[in-house]
Amino acid sequence: MSIFGDSTFFIWAALLLIPAVILGIMEKPIKYYGFLLSLFFIGAACINSPVSLVYMGLYCIWQYGLARVMLKVTEKNGRDRRTFWAAISFSILPLAVFKLSELIGHSLFGFIGISYLTFKSVQIIIEIYDEIIKECRPFEFAYFLLFFPSVSAGPIDRSRRFEEDIRRIPPKKEYLDMVGTGLFKICLGLVYKFVIAALLYQGITYIAYVDIVSRFWVQLGYMYLYGGYLFFDFAGYSLMAIGVSYMLGVKTPENFNKPFISTDIREFWDRWHITLSHWFRDFVFSRFMMASIRGKWFSSKLTGAACGFMINMTLMGIWHGLDMSYIIYGVYHGILLSITEMYQKKSKFYKKNKKKKWYIWISRVITFNLVMFGFYIFSGRLMEII
Amino acid sequence: MKQKVIDTVLNLLEEICGDDVIRSDMDINLLEEDLIDSLDYTELLVGIEDALGVVMAPSELKREEMDTPNKIIEQVMKRI
Repeated sequence: MSIFGDSTFFIWAALLLIPAVILGIMEKPIKYYGFLLSLFFIGAACINSPVSLVYMGLYCIWQYGLARVMLKVTEKNGRDRRTFWAAISFSILPLAVFKLSELIGHSLFGFIGISYLTFKSVQIIIEIYDEIIKECRPFEFAYFLLFFPSVSAGPIDRSRRFEEDIRRIPPKKEYLDMVGTGLFKICLGLVYKFVIAALLYQGITYIAYVDIVSRFWVQLGYMYLYGGYLFFDFAGYSLMAIGVSYMLGVKTPENFNKPFISTDIREFWDRWHITLSHWFRDFVFSRFMMASIRGKWFSSKLTGAACGFMINMTLMGIWHGLDMSYIIYGVYHGILLSITEMYQKKSKFYKKNKKKKWYIWISRVITFNLVMFGFYIFSGRLMEII
Repeated sequence: MKQKVIDTVLNLLEEICGDDVIRSDMDINLLEEDLIDSLDYTELLVGIEDALGVVMAPSELKREEMDTPNKIIEQVMKRI
């Protein structure tokens, strides 16, 4: 079984969500049942690799232990930088080991959703350091990490928001509304992923077999098809994950919001893989910028911003995998964001025209094509040609 | 104290947004009006901490909870 990936999953999900809906209608907590469901689906998805389940269990205990230590130390000594950085390193360690071992070709410590789980664990550590999170209970912690709709590929929820949702029991009418919205999202997601994305994928494989790959127009066609495929595949998956969460009483945040109407790259990142980019914004970019303003690291605001964008996006690229294409993809977006920032802050032409209709439309076309070229890098094709 | 918070926040916002409209309309939506971006937001948080000693982490509040001058003042007041 693959979560949101095959018919076995959907049959089981349709059956096993019924008790959840009954609990919801009866205004009883769904979380304990939801936790059992998560264990069941993760178990079924990893049935061929029991060792990865052991890794996953160890991972959760490791992260929980780190969070507890972090809480204790912060409670006793206040915000301690050294403990904080140590905890962050230990929290990222399993992912780093996995990614590096993959690079050598001998995969070690891999399990379903390890990259996404790392975001959730690191978020908790950072917010304990910020003294926003003051307690950490084993059930809530495990359910947050293992919540099956988003375990394998997001959306990346935040622990405080998630816990609020599972603690609260919505009245019957509100819960039924959530089920309705959830079902609609699941259906839309199915169409996105299994109809539109599947069709676009056919086009991509067709092009892959065309001999004349070096021809410009073939590459161009590939670029748009691949970009479209990436969107419908991932947005469709996200919609289904969000839809199932709603049925379990959790309003998992949206991941996509019409990314292709963006008028600039910054807006694009507010609309594309939103939970990822906002995670990076809140936990990397903002913190780097605040430290740089306090420490007066840069003489000009723009240089600081450019540096922040480059670090932020490169890191995001690396997170996708230690493949050259992903890293270049990150650097590419870092450069685009920096240029955008400089242009928008300095250009009189921009300030004069930014609200005009023709300017908005031209910006949309340019942004769309820049984004598509980014996906082309991401696909690995550019590296093949070079 | 409240007056000090209001003055500090408004001064900061005026400098960051480069627009004094925030003084005349304290319920203006800073995000929708394109007056503040992620970068400006970090500057605002550092400014508030330096001037008033109020620490706010960038992930602590949703942007919708900090999108007008009045809301920002209210959040700062809560932490004093």
